[in-house]
Amino acid sequence: MTEVLFYSLAAISIISSILMIFHKNAMYSVLYLLICFFSVAGLFVMLNAQFLAVVHVIVYAGAIMVLFLYVIMFLNMSTPITIRKSKLVMGIAVFTGLLLCFVLTTALWSTDFGSNPAIVDQNIGLASTLGKVLFKEFLIPFEVSSVLFLSAMVGIVIFNKKDVKDEIDIKNNHG
Amino acid sequence: MNNMAGLQDQLRLVPLEHYVFLCIVLFCIGMTGVLLRRNLINVFLSIELMLNSVNLLAVAFSVYHNDPNGQAFVFFVMVVAAAEVAVGLAMLVMIYRNVRTVDINALNQLKW
Repeated sequence: MTEVLFYSLAAISIISSILMIFHKNAMYSVLYLLICFFSVAGLFVMLNAQFLAVVHVIVYAGAIMVLFLYVIMFLNMSTPITIRKSKLVMGIAVFTGLLLCFVLTTALWSTDFGSNPAIVDQNIGLASTLGKVLFKEFLIPFEVSSVLFLSAMVGIVIFNKKDVKDEIDIKNNHG
Repeated sequence: MNNMAGLQDQLRLVPLEHYVFLCIVLFCIGMTGVLLRRNLINVFLSIELMLNSVNLLAVAFSVYHNDPNGQAFVFFVMVVAAAEVAVGLAMLVMIYRNVRTVDINALNQLKW
């Protein structure tokens, strides 16, 4: 039963991500990636990482995908965009991806990842365990990440602020 | 206790190797997407897919090796990914305002 669930979730994520990279319409690509994210969240739940599954759905499927959809609608790109690379470049890209897949698989085929643990801590993925880890061992990185968010926010505002000089030029031209 | 035995069966049923190979496939699909598409939005989506596969791999190793630090790392990867997407999309909107397209080849003057 668990095995069937794992393989079906894996198949859904792989198929939807392949559809994502080959679909012409950016809107559909985002929706296919959403399916992939939900199946990955299911895999997190299967691994007993409930907290990360919830955070994954909220951050990726919620915030990031909404941001992507908002930008696509904002730029009015829902019509299919016909910018495609030449057939040669596309073939080389697919070949490179398959080659990397082949190399990594053969390199890791005979690697011993250690036998499965005798005793698995069932509470490893709960919010209480991860909260203790985050606020004891990773307290400084946690605080630094808040500074990172602040700097990202300031950067975004500066990026998209209209240049004051340009506005004055436009006013002068119109006046 | 019953639940505990169920979890161990679950871990025994799906070996860690299968998670590793799934993550390799997802990562390669993401890399192919970055190389394949010229639309900036699709490039960002492919990068998200690659980050996602790495997260899944870190969680799998963390659970199978009984170490919560791996999941804390996944949390930080998510934080950085959220900041990266926000800044990247802001840059995309700025590029679109300037060159009126999201084709990455419109920015080929960065080559020189």
